[in-house]
Amino acid sequence: MADVTFTVDGKKLTAPAGTLLIEACRKAGIEIPSFCYYPGLSLQAACRMCLVRMAKVPKLQTACTTAVAEGQEFITNSPEIEQARKAMTELLLGNHPLDCPVCDAGGECELQDMTFKYGAGETFYAEAKNHREEQQWSPAVFYDRPRCILCYRCIRVCGEGMDVWALGIENRGSRSVIAPNQGNRLDCEQCGMCIDICPVGALTSGTYRYKTRPWEMHHVTTVCTHCADGCKVTLGLRQVDGAAEIIRSDNRDKSGMNNDFLCAKGRFGFDFAGSEQRLSMPLVRNAAGKLEPATWEDALRVAATRLTEIRGARGGSAIGVIGSNRTTNEENYLLQKFARTVLNTNNIDHERTTDYAAFARALAGQKGKTAGLRDVAFAPAVLLIGGNPTDEHPLLAWALRTDARLSKARLYVANASPIKLERQAKATLRVAAGGYKDLPAQLEKGESDFAKAVLAEESLVVVFGEEFRGADVANLVAWGLKRGNVTFAYLGDHSNSRGAADMGLLPDLLPGYVPLGQPAGFSEYEGLPTAPGKDLRQMLDAAGKGELGALLVMGANPVAKRGLDPAALKNTFVVALDIFLTETAEFADVVFPAASLYEKSGTVTNAFGDVQLVRKGADRAGVKSDFEILVRLAGEMGANIKALVPFGKTAVMGDLGQSRGVQSGEADRHAVWLAANGLEPRLSPFDPFAAFDEIVRLVPGYDLDRLNLLSGNDVRAEIGAAPGSALSTTDAIAPAHDGLFTSGTLGRYSKALKDIQEHQERELLESAAD
Amino acid sequence: MPRLVSHPDEVKIISRRFGQGAEKIDRYIELGGYESVKKCLAQTPDWIINEMKASNLRGRGGAGFSTGMKWSFVPKQSAKPKYVLVNGDESEPGTCKDHLIFLHDPHSVIEGTIIAGLAIGAKLGFIYLRGEYRYLLRIVEKAVADAYERGFLGKGIFGTQADFDIITQTGAGAYEVGEESALMESLEGKRGIPRIKPPFPAVVGLYGGPTIINNAETIATVPHIFAMGAEAYSAVGTPRNGGTRLFCLSGHVERPGVYELPMGYNLKKMIYEVGGGIRGGRKLKAVVPGGSSTPVLLPEEIENLGMDFDQVGKAGSMLGSGGVVVIDDQTCIVEFALRTISFYQHESCGWCIPCREGTDWLKKSLKRFHAGFGTASDIDNIRYLAENMLGRTFCPLGDAAAMPTAAFVKKFRKEFEDHLDGKPCPYAKEGVPQLTVV
Amino acid sequence: MSPKNMKEEPLTIFSPQLSARFDALVQKYPVKRSALIPMLLYAQDEVGYLSDAVVADVARRIGITELDVRSVASYYSMLRFKPAGKYNIQVCTNICCMLRGGYELFDRFREELGVEHKGITPDGLFSLEEVECIGACSWAPAIQVNYDFHDELDPDRVPGILDSYRSQAKAEGEAHA
Ligand SMILES: Cc1cc2nc3c(=O)[nH]c(=O)nc-3n(C[C@H](O)[C@H](O)[C@H](O)COP(=O)(O)O)c2cc1C
Ligand code: SF4
Ligand code: FES
Repeated sequence: MADVTFTVDGKKLTAPAGTLLIEACRKAGIEIPSFCYYPGLSLQAACRMCLVRMAKVPKLQTACTTAVAEGQEFITNSPEIEQARKAMTELLLGNHPLDCPVCDAGGECELQDMTFKYGAGETFYAEAKNHREEQQWSPAVFYDRPRCILCYRCIRVCGEGMDVWALGIENRGSRSVIAPNQGNRLDCEQCGMCIDICPVGALTSGTYRYKTRPWEMHHVTTVCTHCADGCKVTLGLRQVDGAAEIIRSDNRDKSGMNNDFLCAKGRFGFDFAGSEQRLSMPLVRNAAGKLEPATWEDALRVAATRLTEIRGARGGSAIGVIGSNRTTNEENYLLQKFARTVLNTNNIDHERTTDYAAFARALAGQKGKTAGLRDVAFAPAVLLIGGNPTDEHPLLAWALRTDARLSKARLYVANASPIKLERQAKATLRVAAGGYKDLPAQLEKGESDFAKAVLAEESLVVVFGEEFRGADVANLVAWGLKRGNVTFAYLGDHSNSRGAADMGLLPDLLPGYVPLGQPAGFSEYEGLPTAPGKDLRQMLDAAGKGELGALLVMGANPVAKRGLDPAALKNTFVVALDIFLTETAEFADVVFPAASLYEKSGTVTNAFGDVQLVRKGADRAGVKSDFEILVRLAGEMGANIKALVPFGKTAVMGDLGQSRGVQSGEADRHAVWLAANGLEPRLSPFDPFAAFDEIVRLVPGYDLDRLNLLSGNDVRAEIGAAPGSALSTTDAIAPAHDGLFTSGTLGRYSKALKDIQEHQERELLESAAD
Repeated sequence: MPRLVSHPDEVKIISRRFGQGAEKIDRYIELGGYESVKKCLAQTPDWIINEMKASNLRGRGGAGFSTGMKWSFVPKQSAKPKYVLVNGDESEPGTCKDHLIFLHDPHSVIEGTIIAGLAIGAKLGFIYLRGEYRYLLRIVEKAVADAYERGFLGKGIFGTQADFDIITQTGAGAYEVGEESALMESLEGKRGIPRIKPPFPAVVGLYGGPTIINNAETIATVPHIFAMGAEAYSAVGTPRNGGTRLFCLSGHVERPGVYELPMGYNLKKMIYEVGGGIRGGRKLKAVVPGGSSTPVLLPEEIENLGMDFDQVGKAGSMLGSGGVVVIDDQTCIVEFALRTISFYQHESCGWCIPCREGTDWLKKSLKRFHAGFGTASDIDNIRYLAENMLGRTFCPLGDAAAMPTAAFVKKFRKEFEDHLDGKPCPYAKEGVPQLTVV
Repeated sequence: MSPKNMKEEPLTIFSPQLSARFDALVQKYPVKRSALIPMLLYAQDEVGYLSDAVVADVARRIGITELDVRSVASYYSMLRFKPAGKYNIQVCTNICCMLRGGYELFDRFREELGVEHKGITPDGLFSLEEVECIGACSWAPAIQVNYDFHDELDPDRVPGILDSYRSQAKAEGEAHA
């Protein structure tokens, strides 16, 4: 739209015609107060806080609904406007309970701020306030009507934003109340968006209410540990007994890819971290066959001794390593390097939730062909194939809905069964069961209306998931690459599934999907075994046959996931690193208590290849990060720690390859690289950023925009950076398909998620009985 | 059955067929009905609109906007269907005229609706009646059915190429739904919350199509204008205020009732001659000239007051919906103000802060004040509250509550002061005033 | 989300006549939802109030959520979620009726029936309600019994009005038996 010029308080402003005055003013630094106006939601003009004087108009006008036009003149700052704002806050406070001292929102309440800025310090109301009892709508959401100012933000974010429409309004006038869809209970996605968006303390969170005062917490912004979308969350932390405990998780810092959004898991599912069931001491199996608490020294010694023995006696190929979908990139990188260079084995894998290796191969040599979450969120057209993002990728679903709603993006949904996102779709295609693989050919033919519409798009983001594996991924990608202007997003399941694959937790591929046979930069690894290792299933099979001497499991639970008979592990020496005594850890010989994602630093990569910084927030006595445990274990095994983790000062020129690098006579490449990039070496072997530096240096596709990453922004990793390679099995893939309230093994330790799940099941039963 | 009244000063145009059985279609035709629409069918839309403008008919719903002008705002071309919406929500206290129209002359509303449709190019009209008017809805529904049967509605009306349909609709008890945009919401099956304007209904209205909304009396007047000619109709009233209107005289007059008088008729005369004076020979204390939302007038203010939109406006009040509420000298103005505000508190839709909270507090304060627990500062606070609602609410309901309240305090301050210091209400019937309020 | 469409279509709770009327109503307007308010009113006339079953049935017929129906219904003062008496006496006490004895009339009804605002007599025959202006201002004071108007009343006519409804109820009862 063409720009127009108008005047606000004598200042000339310019904005595209049709911009809302309130937005134009805010951009120009002129503050217009509002309660009901919320960017991205429908207009209300209900709170009347934004009244301004417009020249030649008899009545005051609402800035939130006035579209600017050429030559208009406004006054936003005058005794008349001041009085209007003051009167509005006075009126609101009349019935407001003013229970700020015990209100969760006290200190972070828009009504308090507004009263402080524009309101009056006195009240002339002598009457009793209207009272209503507080209601609990679900384990997650409580409603306190007297505090509610009826701005309708909650109703709108639930309906327009979430497409759930679980909130409404009942009664009329001053008896109006916000009402949930099941009488006095809420049957919904329990995302808690209504709580976040409430400007006051009317909607409060079941997990946080009455726990603390906002200013008693400190806040750390990090990444959610649950699904593969990677929402930025802000943890509210409190010091308790020398440890930092998480008491709230929300989205007050709206700078992430998730903008306003957070789902139930991100908002309420953090409590596993504070669970009583957390491991806090290493455990070692004693002579009687029972796990008993041990010191770190003992546990490390037992593990190191046995691993060294087995490696010595039967070779590295007798040892298997299983990594995690939730540990950081640095930990994953370190794990595979530890496996390959210390344990001398390529028997390394993780619970693959999708076939990223196939995706990498399909895109080999291509740049800029993957779509980040932000790209999806602003794409003019998206083809969504399979899956159900509403349940499994809540942020993706939010992004697609918002894109369709606010930017009129065209969404095409091809699915074997109906999904909720079809409501936003411009066209839908019902795919026959098992028919996904034929889709590229079908689209190319352009016979159906669906295919025609898709082909007519100038650019397209194709979002798909584990329904495509191996050759099917290649086919689909090839179709898109041929069309041009098509980018892809390939969905995995957990917070760092993509990172696990990218970091080479694969038996036949090095980090960045580099083939073992052409190790390129990784040739500097000391003693890298060249033969491909066993994948996860093969390792477990081998263990069952008594052919695997040792198995190291870091943050994974194959026993539960694969329904394994624990007896299968009885002849294998098992070392587990975990935060809980999982079904797998229960049968380990040594168990190390690990830190959760909220208790450490590093980076994670979401399903879309967006890399984000993980910041240490909580602190838990007795645990160590997986990173530190691995380094200590390697040390205990007598490995060269400096070769494993590049830390400490090394004389760049003086070191002629004795300490690093296989080709003697060569300078320390890492040190050279650091110097060339103007970076300081890391001082501690436990600093994950030492591994991060090496990742950036060595892993194709991870030459990340460091400055942006470290300042808290998401940056892109490229998956197709390495040349292609032949790959082993794709049948080791076992998607998790976690829903809105489940999160693998981890989710089972969240009381909040359990309660919500039970609540929802009850709602379902009752509504089915209706 | 509401009693019909008459007075020699009346000029019977709209009420001409009242009490004559015109709710039956044959009788209506016998009395000259459906001739105007036939006339209009032979004319162009522009001609109809120009006649309407020439008639100087101003909307009888309250705001007094020129009807011809309103119709002319509807775009000639529209991608979406256009609609005529007849506002029979009649809920402003003091107003009961549409009641009589639906009861005695429903076909005039039907005929007027068809003419409005011809003028703007609509093929569908709605007649919305408040839910309490169920017995009237039956009468209107019967009239509509009869009109269909005669071919006056439906496909090819009156043997022409024109089509026109009418759908009746009922409310379910909500004053705010009388506001035009809330009316459309209600008709669309939603809560009666007004819409953000612009866009105005003439451009984006019912179901998103251009819509004209007129009061039932306005619409019922339309056929009469074409029957007698716009000039002649206009000549009955005062300049810029054409014709007659139905005045609903109520309260403390000897002969309350609905009288059809020319626009500009003297208010004092209306009370003392048409209405037979104050009941029981008492003295006039005040009069609310146009329904409960209009500011009260004192006896000295009505001496030479002609009842048209412009003169009443100049006197500081509004002609409104034609409800003239007469108050004698034995009435407690505080109680009257309280009952007035209680109504608006009950009817506020609750959408915007100043109306929702303001009416609630005004009611609470006035209630306490009237019960004798007021303080001197309350009087100013009540006025402060009312003045801070004025002009700042989402729709005019807030003003409708604030305007009369501010006027009561301003014009009867002394009477408010008489309630102070625990003194019993000077007008209480038996000792301590008590009042149940809805 | 929750797969609620597994539910079978329930049989309607309305009489065949009303059901047929509703079928026609939802077809009548350019948009189905326009039928909502009349449907609720007619349903209330038949069932007595908006029970959960009424809400569910109407929601299903129009294709909106029950929450939507409640949001709308709770806005309108004639719609109720609890039963009223067979004859719901609505006494207007708004200004015009007040000036001509609306409160005295209301008080008389309270005494005669022994119930307060929104109360129901033990036999379920009458309920009493103080209401806002009902559009009978020039014939004040006025009341509505269900949908019937009675105007230009004075308190002494209260017993007669009540008696007439009592006999009407009795006659209906006998006709039924
Ligand atoms: C709160 C409020 C209530 C109203 N109630 C009615 C009503 O009951 N009947 C009516 O005709 N107009 C009512 N109006 C006026 C309408 O908004 C609208 O102006 C009118 O129907 C237009 O018709 P007219 O131009 O024929 O007067 C009301 C306005 C407001 C603000
Ligand atoms: S609950 Fe909060 S967001 Fe919702 S209307 Fe009330 S104050 Fe507004
Ligand atoms: S005031 Fe009672 S009917 Fe109008």
